[in-house]
Amino acid sequence: MADTLNLETLSIAEARDAVREGRVSAAALAEEHYERIATRDGQINSYLALSRERAFVQAEKVDAAVKAGGELGPLAGVPIGVKDVLTMRGAPATAGSLILKGYHPPYDATVVTKLEAAGAVLLGKLNCDEFAMGSSNENSAYGPVHNPRALDRVPGGSSGGSAASVAAGFCVASLGTDTGGSIRQPAAFCGVVGVLPTYGRVSRYGLIAFASSLDRVGPFTRSVADAATMLGVLAGADELDATSSKTSVADYTAELAKPVGGLRIGVPEEYFGEGLDPEIRAAIEKSLEDLRAAGCTIHKVSLPHTRYAIPTYYVIATAEASSNLSRFDGVRFGLRAEESNTLAAMFRKTRDQGFGAEVKRRILLGTYALSAGYYDAYYRKAQQVRTLLTRDFLGAFAEVDAIVCPVTPTPAFKLGEKTDDPVKMYLEDIYSVAASLAGICGMSVPCGETAAGLPIGVQVLGRHFDESTMLRVGAAIEAARK
Amino acid sequence: MSVTNEDVVRVAELANLELTAEEMPRMARDLNAILGHIAQLNELDTEGVPAMAQVGEMLGLTPAAHGEDLRADVVRPSLDRAAVMAEAPETDGRFFKVPKVIER
Repeated sequence: MADTLNLETLSIAEARDAVREGRVSAAALAEEHYERIATRDGQINSYLALSRERAFVQAEKVDAAVKAGGELGPLAGVPIGVKDVLTMRGAPATAGSLILKGYHPPYDATVVTKLEAAGAVLLGKLNCDEFAMGSSNENSAYGPVHNPRALDRVPGGSSGGSAASVAAGFCVASLGTDTGGSIRQPAAFCGVVGVLPTYGRVSRYGLIAFASSLDRVGPFTRSVADAATMLGVLAGADELDATSSKTSVADYTAELAKPVGGLRIGVPEEYFGEGLDPEIRAAIEKSLEDLRAAGCTIHKVSLPHTRYAIPTYYVIATAEASSNLSRFDGVRFGLRAEESNTLAAMFRKTRDQGFGAEVKRRILLGTYALSAGYYDAYYRKAQQVRTLLTRDFLGAFAEVDAIVCPVTPTPAFKLGEKTDDPVKMYLEDIYSVAASLAGICGMSVPCGETAAGLPIGVQVLGRHFDESTMLRVGAAIEAARK
Repeated sequence: MSVTNEDVVRVAELANLELTAEEMPRMARDLNAILGHIAQLNELDTEGVPAMAQVGEMLGLTPAAHGEDLRADVVRPSLDRAAVMAEAPETDGRFFKVPKVIER
């Protein structure tokens, strides 16, 4: 029976219903995914570790509940992958870095606990840029991920493995993290849906920190409806994360049924300037036409500080990273350099051997920005501009219900194309970082393809804690393409 | 302002990083390129603009000043010590062991 399921297109609802109705067992569905990973992930490199034992214990629990006619969660039997910056007890957590090689965290991230409580079967840990620092997944110490849609191209980053695994049929959905675009950009490059929840919407407990005021956990899925299901499971306050919010969580699946007619859609002119690929521009304009046809009204809005988002982000994110990554010193976990006579030498050698070039570059930049004499010029200045960027969005959202714009200036680029020039790589985040700094929610929805067959994503941005409207707009764009 | 190799050495020390001779000029070059881009921020007059650490403050969502929203301060189980120590590079089971800190 299981062979009737197409693993490349399988939705959460299809997988859950097949398990619930006994057409396939959760264990068989997991095994099918593992077989596909074994035969095909060699050329993609999306998984860093498989958690077979834990997956089958969970699958058998779900299958027993099906047999007993017990209560089943919204993700019952659904195979899901987890970005390797999130902890899963018993599984390795490398964060794509050598400095955490061999580390097995003794606790679960809150999102991992929530997924399993909803019945999900967690297949393993997914490749990413080292400590989530990168826009191409080429900064992983365990080799780059290849884009399943074009193997000579990057899947985007930093959650490259999370996007690629969903696109390649190696899991039905996955978890990623987004600090400056790391969910939305790879989702756009791989042709899947990726959601950046509002800051505080989803717990960060168990997330290996990069920049704590920006880091967020969110899902990758094959449809907006699946994203709504995942977000419903993940969202909510957590007493283990003091920045998680008690703001009420909507029934996102029910919200999707509401028509979009009458919604006001903002189009920020600053996101359509020089450097935007013409095929992407055309695809976004088509999505706007689709929304108009569905009854939305389209309005020009201005986000005047947009061009300052990248420099602001690279000060704040690196400053926080220099602080967060000071914990990797060879004392409590992970790598320790051999033959160090003093504690100071051990710290330095361990960090020198354990961190890759991009991580060192960002730690140095952040340390420089925080150092005596530069703090006001860089860090404080960037925090002030962050206020201006956030005010831009608050002003726009007084006039419109959602904003629609590109996710990336170009489609997926070739492996090696931008690795020599960090500024060029950073500019890849030009349309994604402002939303990160402002803490609003956003998503990438597939909206077309280039003539060469590369996926194009459209970005939908919503008000703080208004994921419902964002998802409805995303679903309307998706529906128009079918 | 321009970052020299000496600046990179000083910052690397602050960050507990040891850079090789080959890494040094590349890092200086990259930092200059990135800081050159960041210098754009100086075009903006931010006089009187409050600094923002995270979005909660803009939305009035920061925890109440006297801890009213915080969980009760009671003792409860934490991570199992043996499980934590099992991950340490060197341990006697109770403590983390490190190279000598103070010479006598």
